[in-house]
Amino acid sequence: MLTLQCPHCGVHAEETELTGGGEAHLKRFGPGSDDDAFEGYLFLRENPKGVHFERWRHSYGCGKWFHAARCTVTMEVFGTYTAQTSKPPQDLLDRISEKRPGWRWRDLNEPA
Amino acid sequence: MSEGFEELCRVRPIARQGMITLRGDLSAKAVKNAVTGVAGVDMPSRREARHVGERAILWMSPDELAVLVPHEEAAVAAETMRSALAGIHALVADVSDARAHFRLEGDTIREVIAKLAPVDMSPAAMQPGMVRRTRFAQVAAGFWLRDEATAQVFCFRSVADYMSGLLRTAATPGSAVGYF
Repeated sequence: MLTLQCPHCGVHAEETELTGGGEAHLKRFGPGSDDDAFEGYLFLRENPKGVHFERWRHSYGCGKWFHAARCTVTMEVFGTYTAQTSKPPQDLLDRISEKRPGWRWRDLNEPA
Repeated sequence: MSEGFEELCRVRPIARQGMITLRGDLSAKAVKNAVTGVAGVDMPSRREARHVGERAILWMSPDELAVLVPHEEAAVAAETMRSALAGIHALVADVSDARAHFRLEGDTIREVIAKLAPVDMSPAAMQPGMVRRTRFAQVAAGFWLRDEATAQVFCFRSVADYMSGLLRTAATPGSAVGYF
């Protein structure tokens, strides 16, 4: 069972109160982009064993979207953060580096 | 009838309850004034419900409030809020007839709600004056604790029968768990 704290209303929401929104921080490539970029935006997703960043919506609660960072192996939740950002906050990245040294996710990796 | 076979709590539908939804910037003075002026209760902060009798303001989300007034006043109150917020980016909707309300009364309301909603109902986590939007079994709902022994549950009117059945089933005599 996954319990995420909604950063907007502060509720510790249990999984059934939330709706998953897929991978976080996708960059949209629309009309005018080349085929490879469009394919990547539309179809290619991370499927990591370990650290993952996702979008969630507190659909039965305040209705707001937010981001979550968790481990797909242990279900450990590293933290949740606002949806109004294009990259995770630095303190969260630091926390993940502490717990999962050497982690990588797309172009995010542990600061050298 | 022995004591063990009494209902866990009284479930009473509230036949007519005025309810107005407001969306906008809750930190704006005009919004606060419009809401508190109509409701006659203080502005709630995050996850709070403030009530005086039938009137209440519920915090629904970072940009949404629900204002409860007597049913016959709702249309006028919505109009008053609308004119007070003229020119401000906000939305006011009278949803009185789109919602159903239930009052739960008794010492075991925490247990009845905990059977239906994924909410930590321990007295430390859920205190009187707190509001929670969640689901009750399969439908979206919200509730707040008016006091230690009274809760008010609201949901879409289209699922009022379902909700009524749920609450009565959860309060079935002899079904106490005794967790709280």
